[in-house]
Amino acid sequence: MESFTPVSASIGGALIGVSAVLLMAFHGRIAGISGLFSGTVFAAKGDRSWRVVFVLGLVAAPLVYWLAAAEKPAFDMQAGWPLIIAGGLLVGFGTRLGSGCTSGHGVCGLSRLSPRSMASVLLFMAAGMATVALIKPLIGA
Amino acid sequence: MARNLMALLAGLTFGLGLVISQMVNPAKVIAFLDLFGNWDPSLAFVMGAALIVTAIGYRLVWLRPRPVLAESFQVPGNRKVDAKLATGAVLFGIGWGLVGLCPGPAIAAITIGGVPALGFLAAMAAGMLAFELFDRRAAKPA
Repeated sequence: MESFTPVSASIGGALIGVSAVLLMAFHGRIAGISGLFSGTVFAAKGDRSWRVVFVLGLVAAPLVYWLAAAEKPAFDMQAGWPLIIAGGLLVGFGTRLGSGCTSGHGVCGLSRLSPRSMASVLLFMAAGMATVALIKPLIGA
Repeated sequence: MARNLMALLAGLTFGLGLVISQMVNPAKVIAFLDLFGNWDPSLAFVMGAALIVTAIGYRLVWLRPRPVLAESFQVPGNRKVDAKLATGAVLFGIGWGLVGLCPGPAIAAITIGGVPALGFLAAMAAGMLAFELFDRRAAKPA
């Protein structure tokens, strides 16, 4: 079992907050990753390049950490292919239908006290916790 | 140019936050969602710290008349909770619980998670494409 890591969690969370503030200060935009990522293809033409570059930064980050810390970031995914495909489809469709994910609703929306974001966070947290409780006995974890 | 440079910095900062907090590790996320098992509350600290910084930072930023590199602040004005929002959140939560990846970590993880991480990102992109098709169909008059 993973151990409790409140300090690294808080430092990482603060960095996510700094990123959200940067994007609002310079671009005037919400750091909602699902919308930002989807918009690399589906946003209006002039509104795409900053999104692509943001995504590149996101992709580069684990490598930068890896180089700087000389330690590969931990990645342990228990799900097999059927769950990976089903989970990916649900996350992609659900975040677009619900206008946001952990970042857009969970960080940016809650900090603005948006009622939509509060409802979204309560629902996706509850659905995530219920799902884990239900599938754990099934996959024998 | 400046816009892209700042976006790169923001993306990199966001990604480093995901890596340092271990939000990019599905096992860590599942441990957080495992409320009725061996619960690891660490990720509540990720959200808590991110919220404090953002809530204060946004308010300072909004003291300015406009963003440094754009015409205006684009903040969603819709405050109404509707069925679309609720259904989307529940579907997302189920997918999140099945695998332990949400969109930010799903993107960042492709450099450390091998083929399964790429597969998840591809499925997620397919889900987003499905939504665009569904949304355009729904928007058409019957």
